[in-house]
Amino acid sequence: MGGFDLSLLSQPTLSHYLVLGAILFAISVIGIFLNRRNVIIMLMAIELMLLAVNLNFIAFSYYLDDTAGQIFVFFILTVAAAESAIGLAILVLLFRSVGSIDVEDLRTLRG
Amino acid sequence: MLQLYFPVLLFILVGIGLGLIMLALGSLVSPNRPDPEKLSPYECGFEAFEDARMKFDVRYYLIAILFILFDLEIAFLFPWAVVLPEIGIFGFWSMMIFLAILIVGFIYEWKKGALEWE
Amino acid sequence: MPSVATLAFDYVPALPEIVLLVSACAVLMIDLFVPEPRRHVSYWLTLLSVAATASAILYVFHNTPVRTFGNMFVADAFGDVLNFLTCLTVILMLVYSRGYLAARGLFRGETFVLAMFALLGMMVMISANHFLTLYLGLELMSLSLYALVALHRESGTAVEAAMKYFVLGALASGLLLYGMSMIYGATGTLEINRVTTIIFGGHANRTILIFGLVFVVSAIAFKLGAVPYHMWVPDVYQGAPTAITLFIGTAPEFAAFAFMTRMLVGSLAAVAFDWQGMLIVLSLLSMIVGNVIAISQSNVKRMLAYSAIANMGFMLMGFLAANVNGYSAAMFYVVTYVMSSLAGFGLVLLLSRAGFEAENLDDFKGLNQRSPWYAFLMLLAMFSLAGVPPTVGFYAKFAVIEAAVDVGLVWLAVVAVLASLIGAFYYVRIVKLMYFDDPVDKAPLAARSDMQVLLSLNGLSLLFFGIFPQQLMGMCVVALTRSY
Repeated sequence: MGGFDLSLLSQPTLSHYLVLGAILFAISVIGIFLNRRNVIIMLMAIELMLLAVNLNFIAFSYYLDDTAGQIFVFFILTVAAAESAIGLAILVLLFRSVGSIDVEDLRTLRG
Repeated sequence: MLQLYFPVLLFILVGIGLGLIMLALGSLVSPNRPDPEKLSPYECGFEAFEDARMKFDVRYYLIAILFILFDLEIAFLFPWAVVLPEIGIFGFWSMMIFLAILIVGFIYEWKKGALEWE
Repeated sequence: MPSVATLAFDYVPALPEIVLLVSACAVLMIDLFVPEPRRHVSYWLTLLSVAATASAILYVFHNTPVRTFGNMFVADAFGDVLNFLTCLTVILMLVYSRGYLAARGLFRGETFVLAMFALLGMMVMISANHFLTLYLGLELMSLSLYALVALHRESGTAVEAAMKYFVLGALASGLLLYGMSMIYGATGTLEINRVTTIIFGGHANRTILIFGLVFVVSAIAFKLGAVPYHMWVPDVYQGAPTAITLFIGTAPEFAAFAFMTRMLVGSLAAVAFDWQGMLIVLSLLSMIVGNVIAISQSNVKRMLAYSAIANMGFMLMGFLAANVNGYSAAMFYVVTYVMSSLAGFGLVLLLSRAGFEAENLDDFKGLNQRSPWYAFLMLLAMFSLAGVPPTVGFYAKFAVIEAAVDVGLVWLAVVAVLASLIGAFYYVRIVKLMYFDDPVDKAPLAARSDMQVLLSLNGLSLLFFGIFPQQLMGMCVVALTRSY
């Protein structure tokens, strides 16, 4: 396909995936700590964090030629769903009792 | 390596082309008699025009949460079904135990009335 | 990997977990069909199930480690002892909190079933020999605990505490998984005992391994509530209903300790030098920050939360010695901390009643005039948490400090002694309020007789094991030497 060299793009190595995973992980941690607005964004950041981990596991699993890492990913996906179900349920309760889902409004407990 | 993705590119192009042809044929061939009701956007269950960030019924959340939980066992069922001949009777009963635990949860939510809309 | 065609596992080592799982499902189903006035049926069934689980642990007790389910599950003396103690703790928690839960409309099947599933999660964690088992146990425990905190729906603070607990707990799981993925990449295995073999064999990529270790230690610190990962502890302790605080503050400590032992001793012993340094920082900060901030608290639950943070710092000090003496001292510390904490929170529960939370320091004023016996039990609990002889807390602190001195960390031991002197102030303040002030709250103290008996035994055991600690210490040493 064409005369120019695409090897850099066409040969993704393990470290490409690890760097991508690390970037996603960092974005999600920042999303949790620097987010002052909305609890739902926190839940999304948590999901992103688990996906970053999944990417790591799959990359290593392929690199090591070992299926255990991929099986782990299945379980992380399922547990993540259960986790977000609990998170959303608590969020609904929070909205009913506090009347808002702003992170700033979570300040009854401090000291 | 990248050449292996050529069929995917082909698929994308054919998909776009086919879609455009259908839209074009539709607008050329079909009768066109607009009225205000037909032109207004339609969304199931909501008023057509209001603030997109409105509050909606909390029961949608409940249904969504229950759906997430019971939807995901397919992630285990599908690989299980593929390798069932190899894992034999042990694999069969393992999945039956898993499903039995799920059914316990299902009976619980049913009896608690989580599946009733009203 | 065993050939899939011949899959067949030995189920007996997992008998306690199987008993608990089946009975938890059964209680959930039975509770659906029990009419409201007979709710105590579910309660007694739950107690019976947990007691049956505890007996099953004694029945299958393992003197040598047994691994089953394709090397994912291990049953050894260490796990059996911790599993048994966790079951006992849950039984005490159920008995102590009965009146409190009933007064707040929380005496429901959901509470019991969630407690049982949390217990199951802890037991799976304690018996894990694979990162996957460890993770699944951790999540089963954590998700049940989030739901338990949020179960008191009318209370805004409980829901807020649940949200904070959830977000930070999920973050901790994320850190743990990220660390696990790195260790997996460095060693090529997820089985805890094989990780050790591979690292000792020199077949691991050290850079990736240490990178993963940092994340795993952070996750452990989160679960233990060690500074600087302690933000959730005070808020959750204060916001949750006291019965649930009692639960969160006791049984999961065993699971977190087992989690730390399985990860750091079971799989990462070869890089002990690296995690020792991290634990020194965590331990030092926890002891200082926990004890200093606790002084300024006027809420008992919040004060006990900072006390928990400080106590975890002491426990870590024993653990970071990285030898059998240190691990045993840390295990002894966890056991005695849970005993003292059960007694302390038990008395907070006893003072609470319908529509009244005994959570301010003033509520303890003049307890001696209202009931000398309960004041004495609270005195024992406070002295034990502070480490005053002859209670068991003194011997526990002595053992961890000795372990640290043995490996040459004299300066850390000196800081620990100073921190516990600062800490003694706020525990003794409660004692002063109980004995030298006049009561503000004069309502009679009512408790069911089973709670009175167990709470008294619980309090007296703090004194008994303080005078005769050898048996308990011997149990910890034997459990660890037979397993590692």
